[in-house]
Amino acid sequence: MNRVRVLAVADKEIRSILRDPRSLGVTLLLPAVLLVLYGYAINFDVKHIPLAVYDPDGSRESRDLVEALTRTEYFRLARVLSRPAEAEEALATAAAKVVVIIPTGFAAGLAAGRPVSVQSIINGSDSLTASVSLSYLSAMMQDWTRRRAQARQVPAQALPGIRPEVRVWYNEDLASVKFITPGLVVVILMMLAALLTSQTIVRERERGTMEGLVVSPVTAGELIAGKLAPYVIIALADVALVAGAGRLLFDVPLRGNAALAFALTLVYLFAALGAGLLISVLSRTQQVAYMAALIATLLPTLLLTGFVFPISSMPKVLQAIVQLHPATHFMVIARGVSLKGAGLGVLWPRTAALCALAAALLTASVRKFRKAL
Amino acid sequence: MSGWAIAVRDLTKRFGEFTAVEGVSFSVAHGEVFGLLGPNGAGKSTTIRMLCGILAPTEGAGEVAGHDIAREPAAVRSHIGYMSQRFSLYPDLTVSENLEFYGGVYGLDAERVRGRKRWALEMAGLEEQEGQLTESLSAGWRQRLALGCALLHEPEVVFLDEPTAGADPMSRRRFWEVIYGLREAGVTTLVTTHYMDEAERCDRLAFIYAGRLIALDRPEALKDSKQAGALVEVDCDAPAAAVESLQGEDWVEHARLHGGGVHVVVKGAEGAQARVEDALRAARVEARRVEPVRPSLEDVFDSLIREAEAPAAVGAS
Repeated sequence: MNRVRVLAVADKEIRSILRDPRSLGVTLLLPAVLLVLYGYAINFDVKHIPLAVYDPDGSRESRDLVEALTRTEYFRLARVLSRPAEAEEALATAAAKVVVIIPTGFAAGLAAGRPVSVQSIINGSDSLTASVSLSYLSAMMQDWTRRRAQARQVPAQALPGIRPEVRVWYNEDLASVKFITPGLVVVILMMLAALLTSQTIVRERERGTMEGLVVSPVTAGELIAGKLAPYVIIALADVALVAGAGRLLFDVPLRGNAALAFALTLVYLFAALGAGLLISVLSRTQQVAYMAALIATLLPTLLLTGFVFPISSMPKVLQAIVQLHPATHFMVIARGVSLKGAGLGVLWPRTAALCALAAALLTASVRKFRKAL
Repeated sequence: MSGWAIAVRDLTKRFGEFTAVEGVSFSVAHGEVFGLLGPNGAGKSTTIRMLCGILAPTEGAGEVAGHDIAREPAAVRSHIGYMSQRFSLYPDLTVSENLEFYGGVYGLDAERVRGRKRWALEMAGLEEQEGQLTESLSAGWRQRLALGCALLHEPEVVFLDEPTAGADPMSRRRFWEVIYGLREAGVTTLVTTHYMDEAERCDRLAFIYAGRLIALDRPEALKDSKQAGALVEVDCDAPAAAVESLQGEDWVEHARLHGGGVHVVVKGAEGAQARVEDALRAARVEARRVEPVRPSLEDVFDSLIREAEAPAAVGAS
């Protein structure tokens, strides 16, 4: 590889990018917009869930439990029921999404040290709200018992529980933004790297500048290296922007090794760039390349790689296919490193798969490109 | 190493069943301006692509600037300059940036790029436009900038593929001044064109038709030798009627519209003018002027194509 030739290509590419400040602005700002959008607007957290209570016990303890549940921002007391039958009506009219029934003898049972059950009825038609409500309820009831124990200065085990123990790992406050941000890095990198690079080669061909390059001594490897360099810089700047914003705005941690995170991000970036290049080499027009990049890289990354929808709930065939997508592996890596503080000891199979995909995509694009020259 | 700047022997290129170039042989001397002519699709571009080391020939061999086009395509590429019809310029870069880019791509160091850039700007008359975006340049300027980019690394052989297509006459003249300047500096130029006035300016012309080389000589020699009969020019108000009446005569090789009048090729030179005059009178076509003329290059190529097509037409019927 000739340094002068690689630099000439990189320099030209950077000037082209800078000459189009609108596109540059979009590439730099879009990730931030996406983060804010996903962080604030598209919130998988459920808040202010309407709650109805039927409390025939009417004891101090039962009133205290209701108070504990509705004091938080997760539930609001929508209705107090006077008959059990009203529960059905409250759910049917959507006046409440959750009904909590505290049985008669609640206080007496607690006092006698007997485990008591509190019945919760949840509207299951909204599965997301339902499952979130369920976790909230059990966590809060457990919390209520613990605080009672603290107040009496006895170990929690000494007091009868209300519900079986439920624990939430990694994302203790169940904030979806912490789950989303590492995933968003995966999406944004794929979008930038694949969409932007999908244009580079086919643009030269459309403009007719490819002919000038073809007759010059520049090699396929030099041309690709020079072309990719600026996009690597832009993509890394975007990663820093998203990770920084995630940390500042939403308190998303980086629990794993920063150097490892950086190294694996680079590997993923090269896989995405390879995919974009391959599309660019194979496409005849910029428009085709753009659509192909959208369909082959961005949409699967959003929908099929576990960003929002879990892979385990997909058909087996699709599960096998998405293993060929670099984003599938990096999604696990990004969340693992960021939220769990995972290292290579756990992540090596994913890392190996990612490296193999990156190598395969880049080699294929250089090879195809050499033939096209 | 041969004494030629370009030498090809039996150059053939097949794409599957289709033969784009077949058995083409010619040699171009150092410092020669060599024209490659032929209708679109005749195989000119395929020939140039093989000479530039982009396309490997199916058969035959060639040498450009002392390097074998099949075995050392990379060496060929660093010794030639190439300018395509599409100019290969980046519209979103300035004049100066385009030159710098091509300088870098040809591996020139910063110092040499600076010097050559100055030369190219002066050659193209673009000193004032140095910082201007290429997309804002007129076609003529863009064309000279493209030439500057192709010449930046001081190639020994330059390939110009329809460099003046769509340019105005002033720009074309200026362009040819640059080409003559190159010739004086010993640079070899191979140029393709559709303009007959440009073809006349070449030292030698090769005419390619249907993938074959059908004529190769100096323009003047072509005009002298390549006309089977005598050429008579008719100036009249009804050229279409004149063509129709003359085409029926068995002593007429062919008649065709030329400018505002008619060019008639008559078999055998004897009394050609009188026979045409008689025929027109018989057909009641009034002619202002009937006189023998020296064939233009266009006439030469017209009859060359007719000759080349004749056996094919017999075979087809």
